[in-house]
Amino acid sequence: MNFIDNPGKLRGFEKHVKIEKVSRRSILKGLGITGGFVLAAPVMTRQAFAYETGAGKMPHGVVVDPRVFVSVAPDGIVTIVGHRSEMGTGVRTSLPLIVAEEMEADWSRVKVQQAHGDEVKFGNQDTDGSRSTRHYLLPMRQIGASARTMLEQAAAKRWGVPATEVKAVNHEVVHSASGRKLGFGELAADAAKESVPAIEGLKLKDAKDFRYLTKGQIGIVDLHDITTGKARYGADVRLPGMKYAVIARPPVTGGKLVSFDPDAALKVPGVEKVMKVQGWPWPSKFQPLGGVAVIARNTGAAIKGRNALKLVWDDGANAKYDSVAFRKELEEASRKPGLVVRQEGDADAALKGADKVIVGEYYIPHLAHVSMEPPVAVADVKGDKAEIWAPVQSPGGTRDDVAKTLGIPEGNVTVNVTLLGGGFGRKSKCDFALEAALLSKELGTPVKVQWTREDDIRNGFLHTVSAERIEAGLDKSGKVIAWRHRSVAPSIASTFAAGTVHQAPFEVGMGLADMPFEIANISCENPEAAAHTRIGWFRSVSNIPRAFAVQSMVGEIAQATGRDQKDMLLELIGSPRIVKPNVKDLWNYGEPQDSYPIDTARLRKVVELVAEKGQWGRQVPKGHGLGIAVHRSFVSYIATIVEVAVDDKGKLTVPRVDTAIDCGTYVNPERIASQIEGAAIMGLSLAKYGEISFKDGKVQQKNFDDFQVVRIDESPVVTNVYIVPPGPDTPPSGVGEPGVPPFAPALINAIFAATGKRIRSLPIGKQLEA
Amino acid sequence: MIKVKINGQEQSWDGDPDLPLLWFLRDEAGLTGTKFGCGQALCGSCTVIVDKEAVRSCITSINDVAGREVTTIEGLHPNGDHPVQKAWRQVNVPQCGFCQAGQIMQAAALLMDNPKPSHDQIREAMSGNICRCGCYQRIENAVHLASTGV
Ligand code: FES
Ligand code: FES
Repeated sequence: MNFIDNPGKLRGFEKHVKIEKVSRRSILKGLGITGGFVLAAPVMTRQAFAYETGAGKMPHGVVVDPRVFVSVAPDGIVTIVGHRSEMGTGVRTSLPLIVAEEMEADWSRVKVQQAHGDEVKFGNQDTDGSRSTRHYLLPMRQIGASARTMLEQAAAKRWGVPATEVKAVNHEVVHSASGRKLGFGELAADAAKESVPAIEGLKLKDAKDFRYLTKGQIGIVDLHDITTGKARYGADVRLPGMKYAVIARPPVTGGKLVSFDPDAALKVPGVEKVMKVQGWPWPSKFQPLGGVAVIARNTGAAIKGRNALKLVWDDGANAKYDSVAFRKELEEASRKPGLVVRQEGDADAALKGADKVIVGEYYIPHLAHVSMEPPVAVADVKGDKAEIWAPVQSPGGTRDDVAKTLGIPEGNVTVNVTLLGGGFGRKSKCDFALEAALLSKELGTPVKVQWTREDDIRNGFLHTVSAERIEAGLDKSGKVIAWRHRSVAPSIASTFAAGTVHQAPFEVGMGLADMPFEIANISCENPEAAAHTRIGWFRSVSNIPRAFAVQSMVGEIAQATGRDQKDMLLELIGSPRIVKPNVKDLWNYGEPQDSYPIDTARLRKVVELVAEKGQWGRQVPKGHGLGIAVHRSFVSYIATIVEVAVDDKGKLTVPRVDTAIDCGTYVNPERIASQIEGAAIMGLSLAKYGEISFKDGKVQQKNFDDFQVVRIDESPVVTNVYIVPPGPDTPPSGVGEPGVPPFAPALINAIFAATGKRIRSLPIGKQLEA
Repeated sequence: MIKVKINGQEQSWDGDPDLPLLWFLRDEAGLTGTKFGCGQALCGSCTVIVDKEAVRSCITSINDVAGREVTTIEGLHPNGDHPVQKAWRQVNVPQCGFCQAGQIMQAAALLMDNPKPSHDQIREAMSGNICRCGCYQRIENAVHLASTGV
């Protein structure tokens, strides 16, 4: 059967899902500014899982069609399409594994084929927001169940028995009454002629019969290729006649090229050409910054050529951006009232009447993603056709943007998705692919644009910079009766719309307005802040500064009242309940509140679980300390305990990390553990070293020497991960991002326990050395 | 004309003698298993073995390896079954995988030099190799496993 070669009308599906074309690039919809959405995913009859997700509201929604995702060859090899981008989360394995599970395919006879960018065909492909399993667990099960049903129907017809008497088991269909069996390969041609069953009638497997899901015994599909150097990332694409390009971009965001002298560059052996690259005015969305490209026979020559360029820039409106001055501006703004995004009770009055007010001012600078593979793309543009090979998180969006940038129809653009050498949100923005497309068009040959690490650090889409100020008012008994949180940070929306000074709804919903504590008087405010560089999504986004501030404040309150951190945390979370903040259209990671409420029972549970497994309160050696933090993000609940050791010179090490995660129904616990282990490293990196700063509009850092990340010799000795077993109807939630936010505050609370020093400004840097 | 043996095969180059070995391997010889991560000997993604030593190919010129023997991830073992590679798979080390060729080459060089490294020696020897995904705990476990027999 080849479902792919047998298109035809969708059956049983089209009446439930209406897919409107919503351009990925109408990005403002994601920022909650305009509507125009797709209808929700099919309403399921109550089966193994019954829940609704926001998947149907994503651009191009969900496609549940086995003919798009599955094919079976006569030799029995089952090919399953992975339509999301693999950047290290394991999604290229996990989603096809779900299909294989439901269709009873034997994983050793399954091949995974990477989808190119085509959201009309495959549904939404934008791999960010920790959404893949959350949005596709059920659709992938339905796809697998459909394919299984078609194979069973074909076998039943062949044998002339009712379909209810046959059953697919491990890559064959069996008729147990007669003992007959037919392999999937033998049934392929007939099954392809079967109609696709209606979704409502599909029978999903009982969880107790799972062979692969929730077991965690399947390695990622690229494991062998990765360990032998065969795995193909964006940088590894080679085409006949391909040229290598490195681009000099404006050192200040919004700057423009005034003039350039190519002579010295052209003398470098291997350099063939020097040419201008078109840039877009700021704010430039995902469009290229422009500059000068050096074209060479290899990347080494192109880099050497670029170093020899003489360039004159007009730095433009952001030439004065200075991080020291900007920090003051943000902090001053945080001390004055701002736009109120959530209000319950009367925080002003309660703070005035409080017995004690604790004030915490926290600062978190810009961060760069520094995915191990710097941005890179290959393009081959011929006439009105373009083909791209690139490590992009959003292949559909890239296709759309390439078409618009070149002025050709979207149907003429093919976007091939390679493996991504890390993404972390950077590769959601396809500027590097657009650069390659523009250059290839002009050169008439295939071209690879390679960003150097310096380019990546200096010309990226940075994590925002923020000042967070929290005032907590306590009554005589030490109970917190008032909470005012002001968060001041340039918004990601500033990269799309000039004049943006407030956080977008999705940023407000990341740890500010959705704060879960049971406090009578709450005010959450967002004073104004303008952006002076490109701001973008960074793994877990605004949750980083918000969790840092809120969970540090919990530690400060515990410290001021002489309470245990964990007890204080549980007291603030309060009773088990569904939190309904007084916020109009509170952003909930795009998910319906019914399926994904803010549930403090689950929040409490991860705190209690990590406290138990991580032995909260255990005796630690002198100079060591324990810290705890919890945070809900991407509709998952995560609590972390960090044990830190600080020596008398102020050098810190992390002997142990314990993390409990409740991500609902899950697929692959082994990959969940690897994501959480990695999140601890990223959390430690940003806490210890993470800072991109500006002077005269220019980024002050350049490479891993001055933008450091944690190395193996300073990484936690052990990170233990505990996964909360899901209830039968608990919908799946995010895994890739939510591990990051609680780490830094748990570490900071641990440092306080170890040293009595309270760190309020990240990175820690030399603060412990004093 | 510069001659160098790469994974047992004689290769030659008559271009810029200062060309970093990394770009010769990747762009001229088509051996893309060796990765570019920083270009400044800061991350270890480009690690190859020259004679018996782990070397950062991004700051080693092709001229520096003239007449020497270079081993890349593609040449570490004919079937990819070097003990380090096997251990890596057994421990499920990689996330995105981009740093792993460099990590594996570094670990292979370590074990040539010190077949039974301690916890601290592993951490010390591997500290030049960044993994942005944060697979360190598993890297350490895999090196340990490779050293004790897979
Ligand atoms: S690329 Fe050579 S050490 Fe980073
Ligand atoms: S696995 Fe991604 S950088 Fe190491």
